[in-house]
Amino acid sequence: MRVSYKWLQEYVDLSNVTPEELAEKITLTGIEVEEVIRPDAEIKNIITGQVLECKKHPNADQLSICLVDVGEEEPVQIICGAPNVSAGQKVIVAKPGARLPGGLKIKKAKIRGEVSNGMICSLEELGIESRVVPKEYADGIFVLPEDTPVGIDAVPLLGLDDAILVLDLTANRADCLSMVGVAFEVGAILNKSVHLPEVKKNQGSGERVEDYISIKVANPEDAPLYTAKVIKNVKIGPSPLWLQNRLMASGIRPHNNVVDITNYILLEYGQPLHAFDYDRIGSKEILVRRAQPGEVIVTLDDVERKLTEEDLLITNGKEPVALAGVMGGANSEVTEETTTVLLESAYFNGTTIRKTSKYHGLRSEASSRFEKGVDPERVRLAAERAAQLIVELAGGEIVDGIAEFAELEMEPVEIQIEVGKMNRFLGTELAEDEVAAILDRLQFPYQMNGESVTVQIPSRRWDLAIPEDLYEEIARIYGYNNIPFTLPQGNQTQGGLTQYQKKRRVVREVLEGAGLNEAITYSLTSHEKYGQFSPITVEPVRLMMPMSEEHAELRVSLIPHLLDAVSYNQARKNNDTFLYEIGSIFINRGKDVQPQEVEHVAGVLTGLYVNHPWQGEKIPVDFFIVKGVLEQLFAKLNLTERITYEKAVLDGMHPGQTAHILLDHDVIGFLGKIHPEREKEYDVKNVYAFEINLEKLLQEELPESTYKPIPRFPAITRDIALIVDKDTEAYELQKVIKETGGKLLQTVKVFDVYEGKHVAEGKKSIAFTMEFYDPERTLTDEEVNRINEKIVERLRTTHGAELRQ
Amino acid sequence: MKERLYGLKDEALQKISAAANLKELNDIRVAYLGKKGPITEVLRGMGKLPPEERPVIGRLANEVRQVITKELEKKQKELEQQALEEKLKQEAIDVTLPGRPINLGNHHPLTKVIREIEDLFIGLGYTVEEGPEVETDYYNFEALNLPKNHPARDMQDTFYITEDLLLRTHTSPVQVRTMEKYRGQGPLKIICPGKVFRRDDDDATHSHQFMQIEGLVIDENIRLSDLKGTLNVLAKKVFGEDCEIRLRPSFFPFTEPSVEMDISCKICAGEGCHVCKHTGWIEILGAGMVHPRVLEMSGFDPKKYTGFAFGIGVERIAMLKYGIDDIRHFYTNDIRFLKQFSALSK
Ligand SMILES: [Zn+2]
Repeated sequence: MRVSYKWLQEYVDLSNVTPEELAEKITLTGIEVEEVIRPDAEIKNIITGQVLECKKHPNADQLSICLVDVGEEEPVQIICGAPNVSAGQKVIVAKPGARLPGGLKIKKAKIRGEVSNGMICSLEELGIESRVVPKEYADGIFVLPEDTPVGIDAVPLLGLDDAILVLDLTANRADCLSMVGVAFEVGAILNKSVHLPEVKKNQGSGERVEDYISIKVANPEDAPLYTAKVIKNVKIGPSPLWLQNRLMASGIRPHNNVVDITNYILLEYGQPLHAFDYDRIGSKEILVRRAQPGEVIVTLDDVERKLTEEDLLITNGKEPVALAGVMGGANSEVTEETTTVLLESAYFNGTTIRKTSKYHGLRSEASSRFEKGVDPERVRLAAERAAQLIVELAGGEIVDGIAEFAELEMEPVEIQIEVGKMNRFLGTELAEDEVAAILDRLQFPYQMNGESVTVQIPSRRWDLAIPEDLYEEIARIYGYNNIPFTLPQGNQTQGGLTQYQKKRRVVREVLEGAGLNEAITYSLTSHEKYGQFSPITVEPVRLMMPMSEEHAELRVSLIPHLLDAVSYNQARKNNDTFLYEIGSIFINRGKDVQPQEVEHVAGVLTGLYVNHPWQGEKIPVDFFIVKGVLEQLFAKLNLTERITYEKAVLDGMHPGQTAHILLDHDVIGFLGKIHPEREKEYDVKNVYAFEINLEKLLQEELPESTYKPIPRFPAITRDIALIVDKDTEAYELQKVIKETGGKLLQTVKVFDVYEGKHVAEGKKSIAFTMEFYDPERTLTDEEVNRINEKIVERLRTTHGAELRQ
Repeated sequence: MKERLYGLKDEALQKISAAANLKELNDIRVAYLGKKGPITEVLRGMGKLPPEERPVIGRLANEVRQVITKELEKKQKELEQQALEEKLKQEAIDVTLPGRPINLGNHHPLTKVIREIEDLFIGLGYTVEEGPEVETDYYNFEALNLPKNHPARDMQDTFYITEDLLLRTHTSPVQVRTMEKYRGQGPLKIICPGKVFRRDDDDATHSHQFMQIEGLVIDENIRLSDLKGTLNVLAKKVFGEDCEIRLRPSFFPFTEPSVEMDISCKICAGEGCHVCKHTGWIEILGAGMVHPRVLEMSGFDPKKYTGFAFGIGVERIAMLKYGIDDIRHFYTNDIRFLKQFSALSK
């Protein structure tokens, strides 16, 4: 809503507050003022003039040479490029030395050999948006009324010596979609009274409106109140300049006096009106009904619109003449020939209007008000005021009475509040008389009975219904700045994180401690990437209307977008990139069932993990570096003993360098190298990745930390080097060693793996170091040797292992 | 004999002082003090002396021995010191060469902001609640006083999956779910961080996915002033002690009254700049007193309980706090960006 400061002054005394101060106050009290526009901020020295002579420029077809009277002794010569310039016109002149918006300075100039002492201005050149400039002047200069004096300042004449407050209204404050509504708001803020325009009882023509028109509404819910007035013998023409100025300042394009008046009243009262050419309606009947499927209307903007049963129509009993509350029909439009006007003022169902407006992509000043609600008490008043203005500005006679369909039941809203309760809610200590003073400022009638206040809510504030609404009204007029700072006093609560949240923080710390930076990527992915790196094969969860194919389905793996991040980094020569992400994946469980959301942790690593060149250390990321990071994580979570790895074949992963991660016997994730073909698709190189179901990883309660005594007796170590088949897995051998070693065997570690010279083809050597220890006593070499031999013997039977000589 | 002893002493001391290393010194020790050395020899030959001279010579011999021993020890220490110094000198390195790098990663800046806010509120007795990103229409809208066809639904441009399923447009559904969990029993103090989604084209200031953190307190006698005080604590924690706040009335269907909070613009110190749109204030979050209908729908008796709620856009906070100019940086994951937010910076 654009509010003209000068116009607002007609309703409220603004003498002690500048537009900027007023904007600040309005913002702090309830409605955000987006900006204060000063239309004349960049304008200097523009005056009125009259074109005395106008002839073609000898050297340019498009230009005219004009002799213009600007109130000086001699007329001045001005070259003008506007197609509509002609002798006799009163025009706006920028003389040399004038300034125009955009920093334009007017100087004396020679144009194609002819002197030009200034410029004849269009409204656009004065900073008025082209969409609100009257159509006839849209492509040329603006022509002032004939009676305009010559040589006077054009700024006040065009109402540019104003300030426009642009209000950003929230959905609840539709009451301020009108000047009168804003006046009540500003009156309350400034503690000033509000002067409403006087609506006189109109002198009628003596005829009865019933003889002209009757109103029927098919479904009262769609239009519970519909009124019409008839004004005859009107003379259509341009509106006076002051009216056009106000419309343009408010963002509405002037058309003709009758249409402009309906828009003026819409701005003043917030009540949309529509003027029909009575004779073009072609019947004595208005029927408001829903459209039949397939029915068609050509609206004022000359667009043919196919209608549905959702659309509400104004008809002449048969044919549609307007799309109710949204836009009139071209067939009943007021034109220069119109002499009798039918003025509609109605209360339409907001939801119906919104649906139509949305469906047809047609948002008008009228529809946006009906959608949010209008003041039912202003429906008739607005019609009377408009009729009065039409008589004043377009001549004509009002036909007596008002034709209407009225089934709108208005229940007066009354809210009762207790001052003490309100203070407890707000944290304030307002006295009863302070509350009374605020209600007076708001102009809400009320009765006070001790602490209890009963407030009659005026119909213009249909957003107020419950005590909390009234608390807000009182608090904002009192001033939010005056409310104290306190903290909740009541019951103490224990703050903290859940076990899961705590452990998730540990996961972050371990991964970051290992050099991985946290990444956050999008949950929505493409159909192409859906299912990659994941065993999940169900149908994707897909958006009904994706904005792009790139973000159309919910991901089932975090790796695709992490690979995108690697690709982005590698393209920028960020070669050493280690990233992890914690986020959800989404498993479809059927239509209209929320998908299963599982939190995962995933990582991608590429480049040099250790880069210390001057001491000759450059270690690229490989499988075992990633595995080492994860082992560290599992150790921190106390899961080392329960985690195992199994060779795995997985979508998008290198078949020889990928492993499942198992917790007990349950696969909870994987790690490995990205498949070279997949790397090509993502345009990345040498990337290792892991992804783990975080919820499964963190499901276990952490054990209590308990102290284990430091060994008192020395441990004995034994090393064995075995020759086994090349594809024998270390883990298998280790398992046998552990089983056979019994409880004296404390640890088994691989310390060497070798293939090649001195080892037969198809075989490998693998060496373990084993530590034996008994907390109760010192072990003897003999008993350890016996265990050692047993282990070797056992490995020979299970895996054909031979001791390496 | 006396002369011989004096002679030996001088000779030995001279040699000791000339010794260049520990080996030479040891040779001197053996030569003079050894079993076959000259002093022993003198003592052994004492039998031939008259008895009255014996103690004199004996004393002198011992004296000489002691002097030599002392000098030897002194020299030994000296030489050892020298040797050590030499060794240390050999071991000297260029301490300005770079160390072996240890990789350390960082929280994502959004996580960093969330964690800072989480920790603040945990200290104030809040717990952290989370919920699904795919929500039902009921939890995302209806339970928040946004029935179908409510005009304010236009404000929320939503990614729908089916008529009834959608990507949550705020983390408020977590509040509703938590209220249900508490079965009408206060006090309840929670904050809810999480990802949310809106139908926006990704550009410098918009992202179809972003982070929110919302707070909710329900108890008997929660006041608007409690909300103001809590938001003040939050603003000062996140933006510094000198940060001022102001509340402006606003509108959200799920709170009544609703407010927006502005913080004083640090960049221009209130003078007005492009960041604060020349007002000296920057809009930072929305909040309000929980609408009684929302309380009621989630099982709390609005006659007994009141509450407040607030919602923060995490990206907006991070952008202001760190001076980040483009929201897309958060989701591109350029490591040169991610590495800037070390754990200990403010
Ligand atoms: Zn600023």
